[in-house]
Amino acid sequence: MNPEILITQMLYGCIGLALFLLGIGSFILHEGLWRRLIALNVVGSGVFHVLVAVAYRGLEQTPDPIPHALVLTGIVVAVSATALALAFGRHLEDQNDHA
Amino acid sequence: MRPPSLLCLLVPLLLLALGLSLGWALGDGLKGYSGERLAEVALELVPESGATHPVTSVLLNFRGYDTLLELAVLLTALLGIWSLGPAAPPYPPPGLVLASLVGWVVPLLIITGGYLLWVGAYAPGGAFQAGAMLGAAGVTLTLAGHPTGGLPAEPWQRLLAALGTLVFLLMGLGLMALGSGFLIYPKGIAKWLILIIEATATLSIGVTLIAAFLGGRPMSLRNRSR
Repeated sequence: MNPEILITQMLYGCIGLALFLLGIGSFILHEGLWRRLIALNVVGSGVFHVLVAVAYRGLEQTPDPIPHALVLTGIVVAVSATALALAFGRHLEDQNDHA
Repeated sequence: MRPPSLLCLLVPLLLLALGLSLGWALGDGLKGYSGERLAEVALELVPESGATHPVTSVLLNFRGYDTLLELAVLLTALLGIWSLGPAAPPYPPPGLVLASLVGWVVPLLIITGGYLLWVGAYAPGGAFQAGAMLGAAGVTLTLAGHPTGGLPAEPWQRLLAALGTLVFLLMGLGLMALGSGFLIYPKGIAKWLILIIEATATLSIGVTLIAAFLGGRPMSLRNRSR
């Protein structure tokens, strides 16, 4: 395989990996629902980053469409899960206020 | 409350170990494999799929199940949000500048959404991008004080939110009844089937995103008059 492509893939893939690890660390170490929700979204972004890096096959070739489709699916699922989690969180806060 | 200090020390170390092993796995996966990749198979079949853009053909044809279930996930999340309580009270009405800006931006967002939907057949774009544009238009309207973000009355909201999943599912079952298998499109009409699915999915995604942003069950007419 072309070393230039491999270096690009590794560079972007490792940045995605770093985002993934930072998100997990923040998720474990910090209290607070909203902060954890943001941390989970950072984890998701890291995973998407790795998938997009894997899809890259050099500038001459079209990228692998399957990881791209997976990322597109993943973004939508992440958005809807985040929206549901926000609604849950708001509901919890309301209940705590009333209690 | 601060977590205990042992945890603060242990977690980064474990994460570092995890990162090193995952990094090694990534490098090994990228350079160690020399067999046939899925990409070649997919790109070869793109001309037969009814869309000329590879990502669209993967999403709507080769991995149609994924997209169907994804629409179902969106619908389920919306049902969860609606079951938790009523929507938040609307934002206060905007000043003159914001109101006229919204009057410009919202039509542009809707037109861009329609363009992205159409262009998805042969270039980056498609139902999700177009749905996101419609969602953004609704969010802009909500922030400018519109109580329902431009959404119609509650029964229509329910219908529109379910439409994408419904049409996709009925299409799959109909194709099965005609003997061609669940979500396996006949070659000649694949383009039109994909366009119908994408158009309804765009509407559903847009409505779902706006309703999720409103954050609760739509207020029925009876409640609003009170």
